[in-house]
Amino acid sequence: MLEHYLSLFISAVFVENMALAFFLGMCTFLAVSKKVSSAIGLGIAVIVVLAITVPVNNLILTYLLEEGALSWTGISGAENIDLSFLGLLSYIGVIAALVQILEMFLDKFVPSLYNALGVFLPLITVNCAILGGTLFMVERNYNFGESVIYGAGAGMGWALAIAALAGIREKLKYSDVPAGLQGLGITFITVGLMSLGFMSFSGIQL
Amino acid sequence: MSAATPKGVLITPIFKNNPIALQILGICSALAVTSSMSVSLVMALAVIAVTAFSNLFVSLIRNHIPSSIRIIVQMTIIASLVIVVDQVLKAYAYEMSKQLSVFVGLIITNCIVMGRAEAFAMQNGPVLSFLDGVGNGLGYGVILLIVGFFRELLGSGSLFGITILTPVQDGGWYVPNGLMLLPPSAFFVIGLFIWVLRSVQPEQVEENEFKMKENTQPKEAV
Repeated sequence: MLEHYLSLFISAVFVENMALAFFLGMCTFLAVSKKVSSAIGLGIAVIVVLAITVPVNNLILTYLLEEGALSWTGISGAENIDLSFLGLLSYIGVIAALVQILEMFLDKFVPSLYNALGVFLPLITVNCAILGGTLFMVERNYNFGESVIYGAGAGMGWALAIAALAGIREKLKYSDVPAGLQGLGITFITVGLMSLGFMSFSGIQL
Repeated sequence: MSAATPKGVLITPIFKNNPIALQILGICSALAVTSSMSVSLVMALAVIAVTAFSNLFVSLIRNHIPSSIRIIVQMTIIASLVIVVDQVLKAYAYEMSKQLSVFVGLIITNCIVMGRAEAFAMQNGPVLSFLDGVGNGLGYGVILLIVGFFRELLGSGSLFGITILTPVQDGGWYVPNGLMLLPPSAFFVIGLFIWVLRSVQPEQVEENEFKMKENTQPKEAV
């Protein structure tokens, strides 16, 4: 049992890296990776939000949306209701609401963390990696335990990738890049090489 | 984009002000679906439909949306449209929707859709907004198809599944480059594409943040 979770975690972090294998969260991945410190801040925020939203959406799916999920209400005919077409709308609503709540909570109780992460939290609502995590969870039929592990692992992988890219980009600005590749172009090539490096993890199983 | 003429809003986003190449919007989902042309085409059509109609609807009700909750309203409109697209794909092109897997759902968080709703549709009339949506969707689609073209042609020697370069396995001469079908190549192709685009239009080149100081003592440098 433990090996199963460990293997899921490792594969979420390295093999199926959100940013480098599935291209999720690319907009912020490229925009916020100019400095290591802000990249790490955003990375931590993504870990926290993914680790919360994926399990919560899992509960919503199992107890509200799936076919027959409403049978616990005891209303007659409820077991025939299939609301899964509302999935996308509910997931994005849940994500937006959770990010908002998290922001208020941090502001009230952990102001130091709020000051560090505050600017990144609103950005995260529209980060594809968050919604992507939930959608992969739905597609692969993870149960609650697996979705906790998967959410944390996927966030960790994304954070690792953005921190590494920021490290490279900080050094990159001293190098003599052809004019047309300056900035965005060379960043894409760098990410491509990183993605190539991460491909060597593929096939790893515990 | 100063004077918003119908033709202007339709054409400029495709080449001059391309959302992917210049504004780095919406690459989140752009890269993953480009390993074959047919998948790219379906994805492009889906995005064009969603951007165009979300722009239209947002623009129709723009005067009634309180600005404090406008993001949520836009999000709901976009999510509903994506659900429609998703259901249509599942009904009429089930195989294709399996290949696109989560990426149809991810159109919701595609920054192009949200960005155009916020930046253009909130200020302009329905017809112009609709055209702007179509134009930006097309700009996205063009890049998707270009990337898809190179990846499928070099990766499996075919276009839309029709063999162009006969691969060695079938007795032909072309050795397929398997890397082109894997994730890293999408980054390389987009990077090189940006390079080409910026060499053609040098005004888009980004400033270097760090410049080497001129060598003031030439003798020491030798």
